[in-house]
Amino acid sequence: MNALTKISNFFMTPAMKIVMIVAALLFPFVAGNEYQIYVMALAFVWAIAVYGMNIITGLCGQLNLAHGGFFAIGAYTLAILTVDNGWAFWPAFIAAGAVGAILGFLVGVISLRLKEHYFAIFTLCVGFIIYLLLDKWEELTHGALGIINIPAPSGFGLVDFTETTPFYYLALAFMVLSIWLASRIAHSLLGRTFLAIRISDDLAASLGINLMRNKVLAFVLSTTYASVAGALYAGMVRFIGPAEAEVTHTFDMITYLLVGGIGTLMGPLLGTLAITWLTQSLQFLEEYRMIVFGPMLVVLVIFFPKGVVGSFLSWRGRRLAAAHDASQTKEKAASNASSNKPSAASTQEAGNHA
Amino acid sequence: MLKIHNLTKRFGGLAAVNNVSIEFEANKINAIIGPNGAGKSTFFNLVAGAMAPTEGRIEYQGMDITGMACDRIARLGIARTFQTTMLFDQSTVLDNLIVGHRLRTQSRLWDVIINSKRLRDEEKKCRARAQEVLDFVGLSHIGHRITADISQEEKKRVAFALALATDPELVLLDEPAGGINPEETENLAALIRKMVDHGVTVCLIEHKMDMIMSLADKIMVIDHGEKIAEGTPDEVKNNPLVIEAYLGSDEDAAA
Repeated sequence: MNALTKISNFFMTPAMKIVMIVAALLFPFVAGNEYQIYVMALAFVWAIAVYGMNIITGLCGQLNLAHGGFFAIGAYTLAILTVDNGWAFWPAFIAAGAVGAILGFLVGVISLRLKEHYFAIFTLCVGFIIYLLLDKWEELTHGALGIINIPAPSGFGLVDFTETTPFYYLALAFMVLSIWLASRIAHSLLGRTFLAIRISDDLAASLGINLMRNKVLAFVLSTTYASVAGALYAGMVRFIGPAEAEVTHTFDMITYLLVGGIGTLMGPLLGTLAITWLTQSLQFLEEYRMIVFGPMLVVLVIFFPKGVVGSFLSWRGRRLAAAHDASQTKEKAASNASSNKPSAASTQEAGNHA
Repeated sequence: MLKIHNLTKRFGGLAAVNNVSIEFEANKINAIIGPNGAGKSTFFNLVAGAMAPTEGRIEYQGMDITGMACDRIARLGIARTFQTTMLFDQSTVLDNLIVGHRLRTQSRLWDVIINSKRLRDEEKKCRARAQEVLDFVGLSHIGHRITADISQEEKKRVAFALALATDPELVLLDEPAGGINPEETENLAALIRKMVDHGVTVCLIEHKMDMIMSLADKIMVIDHGEKIAEGTPDEVKNNPLVIEAYLGSDEDAAA
């Protein structure tokens, strides 16, 4: 076993998770300034939304372009309830998740009657309608002015979440919870059901899977993730406007997914963090950073279409399979050497190979 | 087992399947042959519930399943494979098969969140079934491989295994031997026979004549959407209508 295999094995162990969580816990102490902690916390909030997108698009294969819209719905629900209706933060936060789920259900039931590109285009329109509503329905949303003075999450007198570092830990906690649930789903029969739908509607239906019910479930899960992330975002930034619903946010999230590895468990996190920090380090280029960014993305999509994590998993899967085959051959050779007649099992296997 | 009465499917003015009646017996290998575009795949899609017929009735084990949704038909025990093998290339072969038994399980989102005993039991059951069907199709030695890396014939077998994982009584195979060499075709024919020996009824569409003639118990010939003949391989082979429509020349027969 060489070093490369050892390292790649370590990535898959529970110890790796502990290392990552410890690193995240220590980050505020090693960060150079408060701004870096702020950027990291914001990346965590976006990562939650990207995990939601990974459920409907990565696992279930339905390209949902209204995802940014649902992020904005979560942010606005929280803002409207707290600022205009005097709700406390946490009840409004729960309500934001619920509104995201209910609207997700209604949109899902209609839009998921369409397949593939038609679904993508329909949800693109849904996202735009959400944007228009937020921009024009002034009585409810304050229109283009946006909503200011959104309260930070209440710390019940114990912590002050208007401070950057406490909020960082709050965002981290929510993100870990999101990843935990995403991992539960992905590794369960439910995740396998979604994956069968991603391969093909026809195949999934022929395996007795109710397409509509499972697609709507995946859609509702994803919109709930998006609106919870949106609500956290509102509590962090404390000012929101209709721009939160712009389709560029959706495309940003798709980029995070593609870079990290669509349909993988750690891809959304890795992609979000990588792009966020890359964008930060290219700030000095201002709008010209896209000149650097665009070609990098093109190269990545051409040579690593499965993203960083997806490519790693394929590479590792092949190595494991090869190692497995090699050890089997060795065993067989050993057993053949010890007894001259080959075992029944290996003969049968050879027969099946033919 | 499967009784088809006057089945018709029209696309606008074109009758892809026109007034076809046939009965398939349990524990037999039933084949459907016919020239390209004769309506064989449409016939399969109608039986599997992928599309609803314009007219006619489909009866499965005495139950009327006409126009029933695909997933319900699958739960009643009709499985199918497709002309193009669809598998998840990035997972291992065994991982691909686990979802095959999903339709016999009950777990919902709540079970997933709390990781209930029911979910754990059902996942064990699905994994065991996947291993079982993998053994059945003779691929247990490649269960750990990434699906993208296995051969075309192996993929065909995995597709069979996936269909078998649903615990079917009737399996519809759409061109199972398409795109594989003669030797592999023979092995696949042996596997189809093995399925029937284990109590599964098979219905297949195939273009490879030698395979069909040696394998099938009963053959139905479709041309231009209409059934032009049915019977044993020998009866069909000597039917003048079939010879005219299908085996018109020696080259065709050899193809």
